[in-house]
Amino acid sequence: MSLRVISMDAMGRFVASSRSEYRVVGPKPLHGQYIFGDVESPDDLHLNYTQTVIPPKKYLFPQREELLRFKSGDGEIEPVFDAPPTILLGLHTCDLHAIRLLDRVFSSGHVDQHYRRRRDNTLVISIECLRPCSRHSFCKSMGTLSATDAFDLHLTDLGAEYTVDVGSEAGEALLAKHAKTRRATDDDYQRLNTALAQKWPHFPYRLDFDVSELPSLMRTSYNSPLWKDLGERCLACGSCTNVCPTCYCFNVQDEVDFALSAGRRVRIWDSCQLDEFATIAGGHNFRKTRAERQRHRFLRKGQYQTDAFGLLGCVGCGRCAQACLAHITPVDTFNTLHHERSGGAARPKGGAA
Amino acid sequence: MSGTLIETLGESLYLPQTARIRDVRPITAMEKLFTLELPSGLTLDHNPGQFIELSVLGVGEAPISISSSPSRSNGTFELCVRRAGDVTGALHRMAAGQVVGVRGPFGRGFPIERFRGKDILFAPGGLGLAPLRSLINQVLDERGKYGRVTILYGAKHPSELLFKDELAAWKERGDVELHVTVDRPDENWTGNVGVITTLFARAQVYARNTVAVTCGPPVMYRFVLMELVGKGIPDGNIYLSFERRMKCGVGKCGHCQINHIYTCQSGPVFSYAEIKGVQEAL
Ligand SMILES: Cc1cc2nc3c(=O)[nH]c(=O)nc-3n(C[C@H](O)[C@H](O)[C@H](O)COP(=O)(O)OP(=O)(O)OC[C@H]3O[C@@H](n4cnc5c(N)ncnc54)[C@H](O)[C@@H]3O)c2cc1C
Ligand code: SF4
Ligand code: SF4
Repeated sequence: MSLRVISMDAMGRFVASSRSEYRVVGPKPLHGQYIFGDVESPDDLHLNYTQTVIPPKKYLFPQREELLRFKSGDGEIEPVFDAPPTILLGLHTCDLHAIRLLDRVFSSGHVDQHYRRRRDNTLVISIECLRPCSRHSFCKSMGTLSATDAFDLHLTDLGAEYTVDVGSEAGEALLAKHAKTRRATDDDYQRLNTALAQKWPHFPYRLDFDVSELPSLMRTSYNSPLWKDLGERCLACGSCTNVCPTCYCFNVQDEVDFALSAGRRVRIWDSCQLDEFATIAGGHNFRKTRAERQRHRFLRKGQYQTDAFGLLGCVGCGRCAQACLAHITPVDTFNTLHHERSGGAARPKGGAA
Repeated sequence: MSGTLIETLGESLYLPQTARIRDVRPITAMEKLFTLELPSGLTLDHNPGQFIELSVLGVGEAPISISSSPSRSNGTFELCVRRAGDVTGALHRMAAGQVVGVRGPFGRGFPIERFRGKDILFAPGGLGLAPLRSLINQVLDERGKYGRVTILYGAKHPSELLFKDELAAWKERGDVELHVTVDRPDENWTGNVGVITTLFARAQVYARNTVAVTCGPPVMYRFVLMELVGKGIPDGNIYLSFERRMKCGVGKCGHCQINHIYTCQSGPVFSYAEIKGVQEAL
């Protein structure tokens, strides 16, 4: 589909107009940080933002989600689908890559209709990252500094205007209905290419090896002494997985009304870093130590997800590094393993010093 | 409604169907056998070794092996459940006539078609007899298709032996070799004393044509495997059924992962050849 151009003003009107049909969600400032929240007016538009604390996955896979409602006694149960038409606006490309992974996870094997219903009612508008958004991010090393095909529309900031790359028919229809755009000219293409070319030097490479080696590196790192070291530092708080755009492990539990007459089954985010995550009745814990759980987390990021879904389980956003009080970071972890194998010493690059 | 239970997940993966408790039979102080009936028109259509997710609404859900064999379905199926916590505790307080929720059957059961013509050595420990009973009864109901059948069963104490009447019936048959042992005897016990591995010396096997099947508490596998491998049974002919924490049964929630493997999807039954090199498996 052809490249379009939209002015800053038209962007505001686009949001205002879309709100008649969609819940529009985008980055908003809060206490000196950014979070994804409802964009209620064009004044709420902050597309030039630094990384949000929590990724936008919360709109596709909420922290707490009702799956079923039931009445006690007669056994009447019904599934709950809460999937309002939504526009996720202004996603950085790491978060876009993360959605691509979630799409695969929840659509492979048994299709998860609760995720799928939300996802199918969601339009994703991503934005090209022209400057690093966090001192912890390492998207360039992870190959997530460009958009992947999960978007409906993809914006690039050219100063007073955005180019709009149309990624789907739904995106094209949305644009046609709610936005005033114009076809991109040769001059626009040139300005876009200049912006894209100029951005790369601003982003550091933070892995000391090529990311295509990551799965094989992890495969040979099971017995690394590093896991013990991480295990001694880790507080088992679960912050790293909570802020991660690609983590989706969950717990399921029932909640009952005070009268005990009705209830609901909800799923809530869980964390493989918590002590009881792999404990079975009788008390046997299959990953008893923090070292084993850290290893599981990083092997999942660097190898297991590629084995299972063909995509890396880490998109290099750096949120976990930002969140970890013990200064455990994927960059330092991966680099240390790499240097263990190749014999050199790792330089700390995790930005956590 | 008509069709199989698994087909009802088309609307929501997490939506259980109601099943009525037809019968509750205490087996030991900790275990009860529940006979459940699906709504008319629905069939369970399971393989031995598969499990269901059992719901007590308002309390939660737990994975439970189907303990009855497909050959004896009659529109009902059986679960042998140990009282271990919230869901299983609530189930133990329920009576015939009440309803529970069921989803499934899930997972990969035993590849029984590959057992045809083979000698089969069963080695259940403790509650591990619950899932193996489904396979054992299936094999016994089509006895002619298999070679020698040997069952080595170990429990902690005589009071913890499951399915005592069935054990007696198996012994009676004459075409099954059954050895039972307990870790700690009581005053009336006249049988074997010792852990399950002490029984292996009694089992004569022709290793090349033997399939071994084991299920029990996590600590048991290493020791039983040593015996089985020691007898020369090929790794690919040794089948194990694993327990892991599970919250969904459909390969999403992450709790049951053994390294990269989702136990609820690729298991709970694995051949030893499949999981030998998987570090977190044993
Ligand atoms: C494939 C498969 C097949 C199975 N088949 C059978 C079967 O045929 N029969 C059978 O009886 N069981 C079977 N089980 C085991 C059964 O699923 C568990 O006993 C059951 O899930 C316990 O659920 P619950 O709600 O009763 O216990 P829970 O309330 O979940 O707790 C059980 C115990 O586990 C520990 N525990 C669990 N969660 C926590 C936590 N969050 N914090 C602290 N401690 C915790 C505690 O020690 C607690 O007493 C099977 C399991 C699997 C995976
Ligand atoms: S955030 Fe850090 S301390 Fe907390 S569980 Fe993750 S690695 Fe451990
Ligand atoms: S592991 Fe850390 S850096 Fe990687 S995607 Fe998750 S939060 Fe971002």
